[in-house]
Amino acid sequence: MNDFPWLSVLLVLPLLGAITVALLPRGRDALAKQTALGFAAATAVLGIVLAFRFDSGGPRFQFTQSTPWIEAFGVDFALGLDGVALTMVVLSVVLVPLVILASWRDAERSGGTGVPPKRSVKTYFALILALETMMIGVFAATDVFLFYVFFEAMLIPVYFIIGSYGGPQRSYAAVKFLLYSLFGGLVMLVSVLWLFPLSSRKVSEGGLGAATFSFEELSGMTIEPTTAKWLFLGFFLAFAIKAPLVPVHTWLPDLAQQAPPGALVLIVGVLDKVGTYGMLRFCLELFPGAAQWATPVVLGLAVLSIIYGAILAIGQVDLKRLVAYTSVSHFGFIVLGIFGMTYAGQSGAVLYMVNHGFSTAALFLLVGFLIVRRGSARIDAFGGVQKKAPVLAGLFLVAGLSGLSLPGLAPFVSEFMVLTGTFTQYRVAAVLAAVGIVLAAIYILWMYQRTMGGPATEQVSGLSDLSVREKVAVAPVIAVIVVLGFFPQPVLNVINPSVETTQTVLDRPGFRPQITGDVAENGARP
Amino acid sequence: MKAEGFQALAWLLIALPLAGAAILLLGGRRTDKWGHWLGTATSLAAFGVGVGVFVQMLGYGHEERRRTLHLWEFFQAGSLKVDASLLLDPLSISFVLLITGVGTLIHVYSIGYMSHDVDRRRFFAYLNLFVAAMLLLVLGGNYVVLFVGWEGVGLASYLLIGFWQYKPTAATAAKKAFIVNRVGDLGLVTAIMLMFATFGTVGFEQILGTGHEHVGLASQLSTGTATAIGLLLLVGACGKSAQLPLQSWLLDAMEGPTPVSALIHAATMVTAGVYLIVRSGPIFEMSPDAQLVVTIVGAATLLAGAIIGTGKDDIKKALAGSTMSQIGYMTLAAGLGPAGYVFAIAHLIAHGFFKAGLFLGAGSVMHGMNDDVNMRHYGGLFKKMTITGATFGLGYFAIIGVPGLSGWFTKEGIIAAAYEKGGTSGAILGSCALIGAGITAYYMSRVMFMTFFGEKRWADDAHPHESPKIMTIPLVVLAFGSVFAGGWLTLGGFGHFLGPVVGEGEHHGFNPFNPYGIAAFVLMLAGVGLAWRQYGARPVPREQPAGSFLTVAARKDLYGDALNESLLMRPGQWLTRLAVWFDSRAVDGAVNGLAAGIGGSSGRLRRLQTGFARSYALSMFLGASVILAALLAVNVS
Repeated sequence: MNDFPWLSVLLVLPLLGAITVALLPRGRDALAKQTALGFAAATAVLGIVLAFRFDSGGPRFQFTQSTPWIEAFGVDFALGLDGVALTMVVLSVVLVPLVILASWRDAERSGGTGVPPKRSVKTYFALILALETMMIGVFAATDVFLFYVFFEAMLIPVYFIIGSYGGPQRSYAAVKFLLYSLFGGLVMLVSVLWLFPLSSRKVSEGGLGAATFSFEELSGMTIEPTTAKWLFLGFFLAFAIKAPLVPVHTWLPDLAQQAPPGALVLIVGVLDKVGTYGMLRFCLELFPGAAQWATPVVLGLAVLSIIYGAILAIGQVDLKRLVAYTSVSHFGFIVLGIFGMTYAGQSGAVLYMVNHGFSTAALFLLVGFLIVRRGSARIDAFGGVQKKAPVLAGLFLVAGLSGLSLPGLAPFVSEFMVLTGTFTQYRVAAVLAAVGIVLAAIYILWMYQRTMGGPATEQVSGLSDLSVREKVAVAPVIAVIVVLGFFPQPVLNVINPSVETTQTVLDRPGFRPQITGDVAENGARP
Repeated sequence: MKAEGFQALAWLLIALPLAGAAILLLGGRRTDKWGHWLGTATSLAAFGVGVGVFVQMLGYGHEERRRTLHLWEFFQAGSLKVDASLLLDPLSISFVLLITGVGTLIHVYSIGYMSHDVDRRRFFAYLNLFVAAMLLLVLGGNYVVLFVGWEGVGLASYLLIGFWQYKPTAATAAKKAFIVNRVGDLGLVTAIMLMFATFGTVGFEQILGTGHEHVGLASQLSTGTATAIGLLLLVGACGKSAQLPLQSWLLDAMEGPTPVSALIHAATMVTAGVYLIVRSGPIFEMSPDAQLVVTIVGAATLLAGAIIGTGKDDIKKALAGSTMSQIGYMTLAAGLGPAGYVFAIAHLIAHGFFKAGLFLGAGSVMHGMNDDVNMRHYGGLFKKMTITGATFGLGYFAIIGVPGLSGWFTKEGIIAAAYEKGGTSGAILGSCALIGAGITAYYMSRVMFMTFFGEKRWADDAHPHESPKIMTIPLVVLAFGSVFAGGWLTLGGFGHFLGPVVGEGEHHGFNPFNPYGIAAFVLMLAGVGLAWRQYGARPVPREQPAGSFLTVAARKDLYGDALNESLLMRPGQWLTRLAVWFDSRAVDGAVNGLAAGIGGSSGRLRRLQTGFARSYALSMFLGASVILAALLAVNVS
């Protein structure tokens, strides 16, 4: 089975689902939903099988396959997963069926925003499945050009989902998202294409002798420092917009406010991770020198994102915007971990990507359930929900607590690793970032108090608790958050070897504590 | 050494109450009928496990009582490696017995106290969660596991203080407690980062050593680093233990049901900071400066708490001020180094008994008074509630330091140890502790007189009555502890028992007739006398009189909240508003403007926003193709 094209199957399965759903006759909405759920579930099972077949002691890239695609440019349709990509793919395929289940009725009423959707119900689910294929592809691509293609192709389903099923300002949000992303993508395209002449130089001139976009070959290529800096910037800008990092973050809150909650889970939980994933994979490994040249500025932006994003989250009056700003803050942590350049920090950052995916998913799903009930995402439309819907409130609290990185829930471990790892290299940045943990307590608990606490207000008097379908959609996410809170090591075992490679490429000296145990054995003082 | 035999089951200590909490929360209404019994049973079972572990520990030689229990690898990446492990030693087991013992009594009491609350099951789930988190805190084998318990306690207190969430004051108090605690946690987490950067590990064994034969890495600390770590740990301790300047949450935390106050204030949460400082002793001992700051914080808090206690008419708030003050004593002792550690812990345990008894007693009074907390509406209750009054009285004698009772032994030790520190600082610290003892006698007598003696000042609908047995039996047990625990610990060799952890120190024979002891006794009598003159001998007005400047300040918690509000909250609100404005106008505006500039004109952008984006996207792709072509051309030529 070793030659079995696992990734092609994984890639094609949701796409096949998308086509099937799209071809169903109009009006068969229930069938469309069930079909979509079936395909998504099958993909999830396949993804989990892959996770178990992955050998963390084996070669870096596994399940590899490669077919020449555009031979003139040396572009291959090359797929493969390392530990980091595997965790991202599993995150994607696990979330998609839950999102479909949670947004079962969102397509009819635009996620409770009160604006009639522009396209049919089945199209919504077809678009979600198409997006899943793009997400798997972007993480599984081991050819830089192929990565770029998926990176841009992702925009299409997202654009249509928001533009067709969003709130009142959906076209503004969709266009803003598209313009931002296209601008970033364009700059990155320049960098990607630049790799072509570089790699096709003769070996004696520092090239690879033949044009290629293969990541593994390119990462061994030496690039003249000034060129590398420009190329790094091209990639970095695209990823910083995608992540998003302050000051290029303003598209996210607008998009969050308008997008249907289910789609938001995928956009913020998975799609934005392409940004941080790209920084770790491409910015650091293709241009290690340039990345270290840019480190101080990037760390500054990361800390700025953490603090600024958190302060803005405190000030929001719209639930979806609030959660979006918390994500800006959390992405700051991820970038901090990646550019702190330490082993622990980078492993923590990747784990953070997984944990944030689940944590944000839980928050957005529950916020979605709230919005559907009240027809509004404004915080002051709620109050005293705990009395009316204790299960919803309880799960909302758990999701919120994971958002403030409470120990015992998954995000704590990753945040601790990022902070501690970064501290060994950049103390000031780590300490400033740690202030985020106080701010997180403020934005989460204040949000909880205003929506769930207090006496049950008139406006929530008819509010019902979670339905079985809603519970089934959100329970697995909460379960993962709790389990990973206590047992994160199995995931870290998959991540660590990939990060170790990155560390080797970066040529970082290992961490040395100031006081070592050598002297302590006999209790002598230095 | 590894834990063997029964001690290998020490994980049950945490697992049992945790399982209780999980069953009660996940089981929902189905568990309503028997939920409180399950919650009490898991806590009692944990106490049983604790006793088993303790007995086995006593069977080991004096120096072999330190055992670690490795559970699983928590997380590891590169050189950052953290195990989920537990440490069983005399210090942690002392806490375990206190937490599970007093905790179980509070569970039992709550069966009666909460019997009319529709959410009693949820209350017991939170109580269980609290006990589990606190046990994890004191049993954790490294600073990260400690931190997990540390924040777990913060969560449980948040849930319990805000138990009656529909009350806006309760929800606000709960949030405040968590956020102020998080400020402290920021200090602790920074300390942990600094420790990892310094030692390359977060394990107690490696950093602190394992007693006599093995000195930990902390012994190699430079003074500067030791001071930094020490002060950061102190920030953490201040948050959890409600020491200045992070005290403000404690006085609001009374919003929770009364058993919560007993649990948080007496047996568990607030003692965590003292535990942290004593546990980290080898680090503090490398920095006299850090130790001095600890003692100053302790002394200042013990006075501030006592003063606040004098001004409160709310019985729970008066006791809350008292808690601040008593924890201040412990912090002061913990800052004195090995000379004070044993007294800090002994006072902590004694305080666990009498303060739990006092709070539960206050709850029992409220129970009989329609949940009225204003002592000006009490008076003459002793005859109506003899058991409550008597047990409360014994707790009162213990806390003011009546010779022979718990508080006398342990507080005496702290005052003497402070003076024996020597020098100006020793004299000042000792005097603070001494003055504090006098004020304690005053405000506690005030509580006693206003509540149980004097004429009746009850509300018209009040029919005071004694509480049911399920509530009074825990009171009796706690009163027993209030009387005997201090003497038993002080005379029974507790110092020697803790020796392997905190250092043997010089063992002074207990001598109550030292000059400090006599001074404390005189001050205590003066405090009681003054309170009698004001609240015993003359009628207490039912309405609060205007009061002097100091009284008003005490009523307002010495303006702690006003200070927080003007220094932190208001500027924070302004900053938030400014940031929101800046983000939507400046940042977003700049980017939009830039886009408009690139697009040609703002008019064009507006048109794009109404639906012509796809054509724009197309033009971008075309642009990209041009650049591609240009690049290729350059390459070819």
